[in-house]
Amino acid sequence: MQFWQIQALNSFALGGLLFLLSSGFALIFGLMRIANLTHGALFMLGAYVAVTAMRFEAGLAVAALCAALVVGVVGGLIERLILRRISGNAQGQVLATLGISFITADFCLIVWGGDTIPIQTPAMFQAPLHFMGLTFPTYRLVVIGIAVVVAIILYLLMERTRLGAMIRAGVDDMQMARAVGIRASALFTTVFCLGAFLAGLGGAVGGPIFSAYPGLDSDMLSLALIVVILGGIGSLIGTFVASFIIGFIYTFGTALLPDLAYVILFLPMVIVIAFRPTGLFGTIRT
Amino acid sequence: MRRNYILLLALLICLPWFSGEYYVNLASQILIAAIFAASLNLLVGYAGLTSLGHASYLGLSAYISAWLSLRMGLGHAVTAPAALLLTTLIGCGFGWIALRASGLGFLMLTLALSQIVWGLCYRWVGVTNGDNGLSGLTRPSPFGIDLGNSSAFYWFVLIITVAALYSIARFVNSPFGATLRGTRDQWRRMSSLGYNVWGIRWVTFVFSSFLGALAGLLYVYFNKYIHPSVMSVTVSAEALLAVIAGGSGTLAGPVVGAALVMLLKNYASAYVERWNMLMGIVFVFIVIVMPAGIVPGTLALLRRLRGGPR
Amino acid sequence: MAIDRRQFLQGAAAAGVGVAYSGLSLAQTNEPIRLGLLTVKTGPLASGGIDMERGLELYMKEHGGMMAGRKVEVIVADTGGVPATALTKTQELVERSKVHVLTGPLAAFEALAIDDYIRAQKMPILSVAAAEDMTQRKPNPWFVRATSSSSQCSHVMAHYCATVLKYKRMILIADDIAYGQEMNAGFQRVFEENGGKVIQKLFPPLTTPEYGSFIAQLKKDADAIFLGFAGSNGFRFIRQLNEFGSAGKMKIVGGMTALDESVLRNMGDEALGIPTVCWYSADLNNPINVKFAPSFRKAYGYDPGYYGAGTYVNAEILNAALVSIGGKAENKDALMAALKKTNVQTARGPVTFDTYGNVVGNIYIRKVERKDGRLVNSVVHTYPDVSQFWKYDPKAFLANPVYSRDWPPAKNLE
Repeated sequence: MQFWQIQALNSFALGGLLFLLSSGFALIFGLMRIANLTHGALFMLGAYVAVTAMRFEAGLAVAALCAALVVGVVGGLIERLILRRISGNAQGQVLATLGISFITADFCLIVWGGDTIPIQTPAMFQAPLHFMGLTFPTYRLVVIGIAVVVAIILYLLMERTRLGAMIRAGVDDMQMARAVGIRASALFTTVFCLGAFLAGLGGAVGGPIFSAYPGLDSDMLSLALIVVILGGIGSLIGTFVASFIIGFIYTFGTALLPDLAYVILFLPMVIVIAFRPTGLFGTIRT
Repeated sequence: MRRNYILLLALLICLPWFSGEYYVNLASQILIAAIFAASLNLLVGYAGLTSLGHASYLGLSAYISAWLSLRMGLGHAVTAPAALLLTTLIGCGFGWIALRASGLGFLMLTLALSQIVWGLCYRWVGVTNGDNGLSGLTRPSPFGIDLGNSSAFYWFVLIITVAALYSIARFVNSPFGATLRGTRDQWRRMSSLGYNVWGIRWVTFVFSSFLGALAGLLYVYFNKYIHPSVMSVTVSAEALLAVIAGGSGTLAGPVVGAALVMLLKNYASAYVERWNMLMGIVFVFIVIVMPAGIVPGTLALLRRLRGGPR
Repeated sequence: MAIDRRQFLQGAAAAGVGVAYSGLSLAQTNEPIRLGLLTVKTGPLASGGIDMERGLELYMKEHGGMMAGRKVEVIVADTGGVPATALTKTQELVERSKVHVLTGPLAAFEALAIDDYIRAQKMPILSVAAAEDMTQRKPNPWFVRATSSSSQCSHVMAHYCATVLKYKRMILIADDIAYGQEMNAGFQRVFEENGGKVIQKLFPPLTTPEYGSFIAQLKKDADAIFLGFAGSNGFRFIRQLNEFGSAGKMKIVGGMTALDESVLRNMGDEALGIPTVCWYSADLNNPINVKFAPSFRKAYGYDPGYYGAGTYVNAEILNAALVSIGGKAENKDALMAALKKTNVQTARGPVTFDTYGNVVGNIYIRKVERKDGRLVNSVVHTYPDVSQFWKYDPKAFLANPVYSRDWPPAKNLE
């Protein structure tokens, strides 16, 4: 039956989007132990920057790159100007990051207005794909592809580069990393920029599916939190797997158990965290 | 210090005589928000457990009391204690689940539990009337005093606020409160000293949910209407922000923070169109200038001023 | 209270004509009339709320800030789309700003949140929120609604689908909020009573990130799908439906907010040809709207829709009522009586109210077309003088439970 195959593809597409959304959050939390509650707002900002870029006739790829760069810079500024001053103050970080997301959301409302603004799917991906008797939106397959590519790049970055080695050292033991001469300050800024870059990229790549609208920030923030917690804090692989698990639970859950649509994401999370507080792949107890 | 408190209280008692009805209602709302924030502060400030799901207790007690009076036709003398009791019992269960984790895990569990309650309220239309909410509610009239009157209601809320804050003060200054702070700062040590860290936290969680339920009762009396949005993350987050902005782990902090948030949201918004941005800027400003919150920050400032330039 | 609707209308009409323009010279006091606008300017509902403010602003500009010979001071309050804040803001307008009359709020749950307070304060309010029971089972004597109850327009669309478009089997989809549920329930009732079958009903949560999971469930053999969405969810759904290759295969019809002008301005060719139903269209050809719509477009760069026209129409009605009582907004009872006796030509066409305070007016079937480069809802059919009770007897209608997910029961689901 077609229903199952289409829904499975939907689950993968949503999972891909969720990975683009949450990988940056996971990266920042893993290294810096900051629950960056601005992440949803940065994702939304990415979508809006892409809107503007595309008004200047940029293609989606260029627009996504612009969005990622702009949001990456914004992230770097947030880290340098604000979060740096309150490192170690977890409650202050909650206040600051939520405060910044209020500012960002209202800024978007001023600049782009209250309307939902569509982001055009690139022309070559607009026609649906037909294969094996199924019809499926081409762009969603592209999203799955992008998510996998991003995951591979992140993996290589973490495992094969000097930066990755420094990040891994920092995640394991920041004191020790400092002792061996890693400059935490520069590393933190770099990682925060990278995390924000990924949020902006996600906002733009997700744009053709979600569109850009006020409220996108809070919708996305809770999804990112769910994915990261389920996957296990500090684990990119956990985030990757959890993205697809959530994709499947959400897609099949809302279709098969519509009465549970509102609790479908939270019930499994309660069960997992209650029995395995580190998440599925995590090793760090918070 | 004590004299200042008595002066403030006298001022608050007199408020309805020299200000308009609007300000009296606003003050009632600030007091309700203050009880709510103070109840959350028990967890956030004294137990070191950041909860992002405190709105469930506000909402549950409001819904239970509304449901009992609308569907069961019970009077306030029954609905109020029943709502407090049932909500606290739910708090017992939620605490048992949420305290399996701490830190961000605790935050997520409280968030998830509150989202589940929110979802149930939204979807279980037969009981909660779903998105239309429950309306047609009344305020109680204890000892024949009609609380429909704004001033009478304000005094009623003021009495309960004072009682709630007093009980919190007694709680945190008791030996139990000292051990609670011990579990926040040195939970490993407390644990090895033989204290039941989990149990101490659980008792605090339950007390906190009871006071949250109390705020919920006042909330539904004030609004005479209840909608699932009262359980939303936004409400939980606002209370959390109030606690942190005012100064978590202090008695006055959450009250000041709640007043700040309410005034920004309900009062400043009449003059400043971009009040959301203003609220964000205020929060960031507080974090940078007074990282521990307004109350500790101001006290430190005063101390430095009194001590003269050094 | 079994008043035959037509008799009542004639009575109301006669009364309205009788008093209109009789008291213009009576306005003497210099104090302005204070009109409170409850709207949403921040958060996810801001789009409609900003339009509400603009509709009213334009009316005031056109009329030199005057109603019935008195200056009007408009005080705007932003509820953020939160019920509790809506109540606080209403208190602010009533107790602090001492308004004489209110217009707004936007969302059904906001209207319900302030219902009790409005009664207690006896504060006349001209609402745009669609909550059925505000003018049905629990009518608020101080509440009039000149736009539409949730199902007032969907009844009409259902009739049109069954009798003109000859659809037999339909899918209904709407946001999982009271508005969407009431709208779909009304559609289902009229559609099935006219020989159609509703074979599937879907209610995605209001903040569904993407509709792929719902699109995969749609029954392929339905004649058409009715979209009861609010805000921009309708257009997000249509875009995603097209991505799944359903363009042209699944016929779409929409409710009163699915393809509102405020949404159309961000849409492309995918919207062309889709019929929707509403009490208004920017393309409406009546003497008032041919001035209003272009001047709104000139001022703000886009066509007025549900919310922009909603407050504009409310202002027209309020003005007419004030004129009939000599501008004495202070006399709430007289103002309310005058509002209920309204019989006035507005941008949406003629407006009168039933005994419950809900509008009886024209409902239009529109079809999206491209005119002068813009997408417009061009009117293809008019149902004149439609009541919130459609063609049912009000008493029998009100004896039923309010429309919901479960009422009327769906017997033909497959």
